Amino acid sequence: MSGNEKHHSTGYGIYIVVWLALLAFTSITVTIAGVSLGRYTLFIALLIAAIKSALVINIFMHIKFEEKIFKVFLALSGFTLVIIFLLTFFDFIYR
Amino acid sequence: MSDHQEAAVHHVHRDDLGAKMGMWLFLFTEVLLFGGMFLVYAVYRYQYPDQFHFAAMELNTTVGTLNTIILLTSSLTVALSITALQKGNKFLSMMMIVITLLFAVMFMVNKYFEWSTKFSHGIYPGSPELLNRPNGQILFFGLYYVMTGLHGLHVLAGMILLSLMLLFIKRNKITSDDYVKLENSGLYWHLVDLIWIFLFPLFYLIQ
Repeated sequence: MSGNEKHHSTGYGIYIVVWLALLAFTSITVTIAGVSLGRYTLFIALLIAAIKSALVINIFMHIKFEEKIFKVFLALSGFTLVIIFLLTFFDFIYR
Repeated sequence: MSDHQEAAVHHVHRDDLGAKMGMWLFLFTEVLLFGGMFLVYAVYRYQYPDQFHFAAMELNTTVGTLNTIILLTSSLTVALSITALQKGNKFLSMMMIVITLLFAVMFMVNKYFEWSTKFSHGIYPGSPELLNRPNGQILFFGLYYVMTGLHGLHVLAGMILLSLMLLFIKRNKITSDDYVKLENSGLYWHLVDLIWIFLFPLFYLIQ
C-alpha cells in the first residue's frame, strides 16, 4: 500500500529553481513599480503576481503532478471568482 | 477467522487523496474569503484611484519587499521539508520546519514594527488623524489593516499548524510513507504565501 506511483516525489532542485524565479519576479515587480507606466502599472503588477502564483500553485503546491480532479477544482474556483468580479463591476460601472 | 480478525486489526484506514481533496476544498473557501476583500478593494480603488495612490505612498515598500522575500523563502523551506521526509531524512525535514517557523516569526516582527510605526503616526482605524482625511484614504487604510491583519492571523494559524507537524514528525506520527498531514499543512502555508503575493503589489507598490 505504499502507492509510490501516486506520490510524485519532487527533488530539491526544482524547488530551489522556482524559489529563485519567484525572487527574480519580486525584484522585477518592485523595480517596475518605480517606473511610471501610467495605466499599465496595475496591469503589469497583477500579471507578475499571476505568474508568481502559477509557479507556487503548480510546483510548490504540487498541482502540476496531481490528478485531474484537482485541476478541475482549481479552475472552478478561479472561474467563480472571475464571475463574481465581472458581475460586481458590471453593476458598479453601469449603475 | 482469526486470520480475518488479524487482518482487520492491521488494516489502517487511510485515504491520502481524499485528505488532500478536503484540504483543497477548504483552501477554496479561504480564496473566496480573501476574494471578497479583494473585490471591495478593487471597487474602491476604481472609485478613488488618486487617494489610493496618495495613501499607499505612506506604506514602507522596503518592509513590504522584505516580508515578501521572507514568505517566499519560507514557502521553499516547507516544500523542502516534505521532500526531505519523502527521502527519509527526518532530521532535515524537522530543520526545514524550524527554519520556516523562524521566517514566520521574522514576518510577524516586521509586521509589528510596521503597524506600530503607523499607529505612532496616528494612523489606525477610527483615529482622529485618519478620519480628517478624504474617504478614499480612510478606505485604503481600513482595507490595509483588515486584509494584512487577517493575513497575519493566517500566518499565526500556520505557525501553530507547523509546530504541531514538527511534534508529529518527532514522535513518528508523520513518517516517510505517511505524510499527508505535513503535505496539507504545507498547502496551507503556500496559500498564505499566495495571498501575500497579491497583497504586496496592491498595497505597497502603488506609485
